Amino acid sequence: MDLEQIKSDIEGAVPDSTLRIILNGSPSAEHSLLIDNEHAREIAFFLRDHPKYAFDYCSNATGLDWLDTESTQKVKVRKLIEGVEQEVEESQKTLFSGYLESVYHVYSMSKKHGPLVLRLRTINRTDATHLPSLTPVWRSVEFQEREIFDLFGITFDGHPDLRRLLMWDEFTDHPMRRDYVEPDDYEYEPTAHDEVLEKAQRHITQLT
Amino acid sequence: MIGSPAIETENSERTRILTGDSSGAQMLEISMGPHHPSTHGVFRMDVVLDGERIVKLKPVVGYLHRNHEKIAESTTYLASIPFTDRLDYLCSLTNNWAYALAVEKLAGLIVPERAEYLRIITAELTRLQNHAGVVGFLVQDMGASGTPLMYAYKQREQILDLFESLTGSRMMCNYLRFGGCRADVPSGWLEQVTKVVDEFPRFLDEFERLLMGNEILMARTQGIGLLSKELAINAGVTGPMLRASGVNYDIRRVDKYGVYDRVEFKVPTGEHGDVYDRYMIRMLEMRESVKILKQALRGIPAGPIIDPKAKLRGFRPKPGEAYGRIEAPKGELGFYLVSDGTPNPYRYRVRPPSLVHLTILEDLCLGHYVADAVIILGSIDIVLGEVDR
Repeated sequence: MDLEQIKSDIEGAVPDSTLRIILNGSPSAEHSLLIDNEHAREIAFFLRDHPKYAFDYCSNATGLDWLDTESTQKVKVRKLIEGVEQEVEESQKTLFSGYLESVYHVYSMSKKHGPLVLRLRTINRTDATHLPSLTPVWRSVEFQEREIFDLFGITFDGHPDLRRLLMWDEFTDHPMRRDYVEPDDYEYEPTAHDEVLEKAQRHITQLT
Repeated sequence: MIGSPAIETENSERTRILTGDSSGAQMLEISMGPHHPSTHGVFRMDVVLDGERIVKLKPVVGYLHRNHEKIAESTTYLASIPFTDRLDYLCSLTNNWAYALAVEKLAGLIVPERAEYLRIITAELTRLQNHAGVVGFLVQDMGASGTPLMYAYKQREQILDLFESLTGSRMMCNYLRFGGCRADVPSGWLEQVTKVVDEFPRFLDEFERLLMGNEILMARTQGIGLLSKELAINAGVTGPMLRASGVNYDIRRVDKYGVYDRVEFKVPTGEHGDVYDRYMIRMLEMRESVKILKQALRGIPAGPIIDPKAKLRGFRPKPGEAYGRIEAPKGELGFYLVSDGTPNPYRYRVRPPSLVHLTILEDLCLGHYVADAVIILGSIDIVLGEVDR
């Protein structure tokens, strides 16, 4: 699959779309195409319905979590030290904000080619975690997007039935995030027994 | 339920509101499972019934969830192999293969020829024992209690015995390694396999004589759970389910992984996409597997069984990602791996066929009797270890 060709074809069919090829350094050489969120569904429909590509089958949809990273650089700065101007080395920190990604592996059953790897990125990991849902294009990702919503916390706009899939509905966190800390006890529930114990403890301290 | 007087209860009122039904008919909301013999594990279906007809069905999964993917991210690549056995616990050897294939793609390892043949032999044996179990259970779900299932299980046992003598375990085989296999075959094993494979068509003939023209089986399965070609492709259905709907797509043919390009086999396809077709496709696939096994047993060369450059300890693939997929007995089983150069995978994803197939369970069941939902689920062939991960 010639990714450059696909990219230019999409740009011709969907104007204003911004695409980027993400290179993959492993021997598998499965490079991927980063597509922008506004035109994602339009691009997906184009790839599915175009007779040349006919990517009618989306096999895999999954999430990825990239944490905020910090890189330190040494910069030379002129500074007044004890009345004399000197050149001093200072370390400067730059913060790269992390993001969540959803990755789709798309094949063609009629043309028997693939995979084409599509990626979508959120703006950050905290409050802007919305992505367009591709379920209207490929029904196969319906449950897989529910799973990403459940485990990574990406909200898919336009999904017909976005609920938690594997964890229970009352659960609040997203276990597949890289910085997830598991609670000491998943089953913990405050019971009357604990209150009674606390009362007894107070009683003992008052007595002594 | 049919003919009973309409008793207005709070529950039926709630159901009516849930379904938006205003015809005045009484709806019944049933929770089938999680502990129900027909759900093949801990799986629940929230079914809304109009009389005995299904008007709504929502699958509820997650009872076996242990976050397999998170466990794999906190351990080394090699240590995940035994965990993959527990995904689809009936087909541990194909799970091993899908994972090994993804890692080999990620690290660029080459598998010696003898190991490739061993992989084909073990994978096709796995397919035989899985399909034998499925057809047995499917007939059991229809009410043919015991006898056909035991016929199938008798055959399955022989294959499990072969696995035991090769890998030391009947079901949790943990046999493949990156770039090859763990151990060479014990002496006389290939002859034992030949014997079991040669006898297998006799079981198929017997099973078909027993059931194929059976009037009850045909009445219960033909025209039930129809799946159209277009929906099957769009909903990502793979494996025997897809081919029963008439799509000629077999990853063994398309990707030609392993040495599947050197063996000859046919890809049987169905016409109607109903439960009967799915049952028949599995019967036909077993015959093709027997054919593949016979060729592989004839062609297996001598030689090493593992890539000498493959490191078992201190294995660190270069940063990058790979998606490896195989034709598992239940459909496309894929592994998506992202490496950041450390001994642990940065991301480890299992693409289970069973979970994707559950997406269309509601579409297959709508309008059918509740008893048919049991058969439709049986014909999908799910394993909850793989759905919930």
